[in-house]
Amino acid sequence: MIKTVFSKGKIVAKTGNEVMAEAMRQIEPDVVAAYPITPATEIVQIFSQFVADGIVKSEYIAVESEHSAMSATIAASAAGARAMTGTSSQGLCLMWEMLYIASGLRLPIVMAEVNRAISAPLNIHGDQSDTMGARDSGWIQIYSENSQEAYDNMIQAIRIAEKAKLPTLVTTDGFIISHCMEVVELYPDADVKAFVGIYKPERYLLDTKRPYTLGSVDLQDYYFEHRYQLAQAMRDSKDIILNVAKDFEKMFGRKYEMYEKFMFDDAEIAIVVIGSTAGTIKVVVEELREKGIKAGLLKIRVFRPFPTKQIVKDLSHVKAIAVLDRADSCSGAFAPIYADIVSSLYAAGITIPKVVNYVYGLGGREINTKHIVDVYEILAKIASGVQKPTSQVEYINVRK
Amino acid sequence: MANLKDLSKSPERVTGGHRLCAGCGAGIVARQAMIAAGNMPVVVSSATGCLEVSTTVFPYTAWKNSFFHSAFENSAATCSGIETAYKSLKKQGKIMEDIRFIAFGGDGGTYDIGLQSLSGAMERGHRMLYICYNNEAYMNTGIQRSGATPLGAHTTTAPVGKVHQGKEQNKKDLTQIMVAHNIPYVAQTYVGNWNDFITKVQKALSVDGPSFINILTPCRLGWNYKSEDTMFLARLAVETCIWPSFEVEHGVYKLNIIPKEKKPVTEFLKLQGRFKHLFKLENALILEIIQKNVDNNWELLQRKALAGCQI
Repeated sequence: MIKTVFSKGKIVAKTGNEVMAEAMRQIEPDVVAAYPITPATEIVQIFSQFVADGIVKSEYIAVESEHSAMSATIAASAAGARAMTGTSSQGLCLMWEMLYIASGLRLPIVMAEVNRAISAPLNIHGDQSDTMGARDSGWIQIYSENSQEAYDNMIQAIRIAEKAKLPTLVTTDGFIISHCMEVVELYPDADVKAFVGIYKPERYLLDTKRPYTLGSVDLQDYYFEHRYQLAQAMRDSKDIILNVAKDFEKMFGRKYEMYEKFMFDDAEIAIVVIGSTAGTIKVVVEELREKGIKAGLLKIRVFRPFPTKQIVKDLSHVKAIAVLDRADSCSGAFAPIYADIVSSLYAAGITIPKVVNYVYGLGGREINTKHIVDVYEILAKIASGVQKPTSQVEYINVRK
Repeated sequence: MANLKDLSKSPERVTGGHRLCAGCGAGIVARQAMIAAGNMPVVVSSATGCLEVSTTVFPYTAWKNSFFHSAFENSAATCSGIETAYKSLKKQGKIMEDIRFIAFGGDGGTYDIGLQSLSGAMERGHRMLYICYNNEAYMNTGIQRSGATPLGAHTTTAPVGKVHQGKEQNKKDLTQIMVAHNIPYVAQTYVGNWNDFITKVQKALSVDGPSFINILTPCRLGWNYKSEDTMFLARLAVETCIWPSFEVEHGVYKLNIIPKEKKPVTEFLKLQGRFKHLFKLENALILEIIQKNVDNNWELLQRKALAGCQI
């Protein structure tokens, strides 16, 4: 948990889904279109109750599929509304086609996404295969370690998306965060509303004085430029994300960056991870530090855009690094986070750290402190030269 | 009934310069629908297809009102999203004027891949008009069979060959499927009768809820006929009762065109290359089946209209 320097909100006990719904209530978008799916259902269920009770002015479209959820959200956003949705796993898969369209049309949609395994076999529990599969779709991806971060990330996502003109998704790990009750500080409604501000689109379909065509066919003469602009917008969004985080810190007291370093600056061995497992790793790191072992953790918060330039600087001094992926790419090569870390290091000419890749926790498989200790023990051996780093994906807690 | 004097004052919102084929029915549908809307601001959504790709080649557009396209199967969900944004912003006082919403889709985007999206949007009751410009096959990708392709028609995925004689199944009756959604207004019409179509669009736009129009729209390329015959051919579809013009207002059927003389279906079929093979001696049975189906459907529709209610 990122500690606050001052507390102006109220301290409550809430699940990840409840705080995401709470953030949506405070943001009060013009339109929400969504379809139920475990474990994200509660978010839109709670939100639709806010609509039913007249607590929010938002319109809620209970669509007949996730494809239509994303289609209607895209259309509402193009029409000039602040539009949001939420989903998980198979729902995100069904949205796939529309995810690329949302970013290609540069629409600032914000989605609450609860990470869940992808079928088959059918599994409703937490891993990050769903959003990792969507990592090239042109969406900003912000991951959360706990409920507080999920809540804070949702509030920041609105500002980020609208400034960057890129759709943004905020994730929690299915069940581990989405259904786990935690202590969370919720900020006053007025402060959140002041922070997110009023949405003023430059062009929108409902502007009858300046009607326009959006979603044209774009051939060899323009398509490439539009896709280049999208990729550039993703690169440029790093500064936007950091600036929004600075404003957030000023207003609410919690500091956020592209990634969080935990006992890292003098670390000789380190794990890179995304999501709730960071909490488990922090416990292990503290224990190892007490034993005089220079272990550290780097938790990625923003995976898209990938903070390629900054992260290699921070990783360059570490002797041995384990990148833990809660998604397997089935590529015959390596898992998603590892691939980005290693290519970033290589491109920067940094060859000091030995980097190994672990896939863990698929379908909600347990990852506990013992598993993490094992990883650090291997890292220590690699760092001291006793053991050679493996050049293939390793698996934690799986029966081979 | 629409009158020409009033319509002449309507702004042209689908301009020339688009890239639809000469004789294309879809361009006529789009232009007349927008004329029907008069001076009312309209936002249009469209499925991927001929109409969309031919009227919006970046950086050009043939549309003078706002036009939005995102994908193939979601024109209805898209229109429902725009309509809901309008409702929300209007409720908040951010938009003052009245705006209407029209979704276009071809038969592929409506009967087949977009049916779920259409059904969902109609069931949710959005105030929007969905117009299916139905040319009875996937014309934009090169004349593939759809759920709207009639029995016996040649398409590139249900072609005429040594063993098979074109499509071997009947088209689905989408208009009836829409009637079954109990929406306030459903109509079937055709290119070549501006008054019938425009009157129906005006009725549809005036109802406070979802409405659906299925308009038979000849495709010169896919149906394989002379490009100047578009209107003539569509009229023959009505005169042979292969495609009756009718409307269903709050469940009550009304036949809008009753042909003085019901022509044999062959009058309609023989002008089109897609049915050419049916006139071989060995395919006489298929022609008989088509005629029988048309007779049965026409009989049933007349009974529904006479009963004045949904059967």
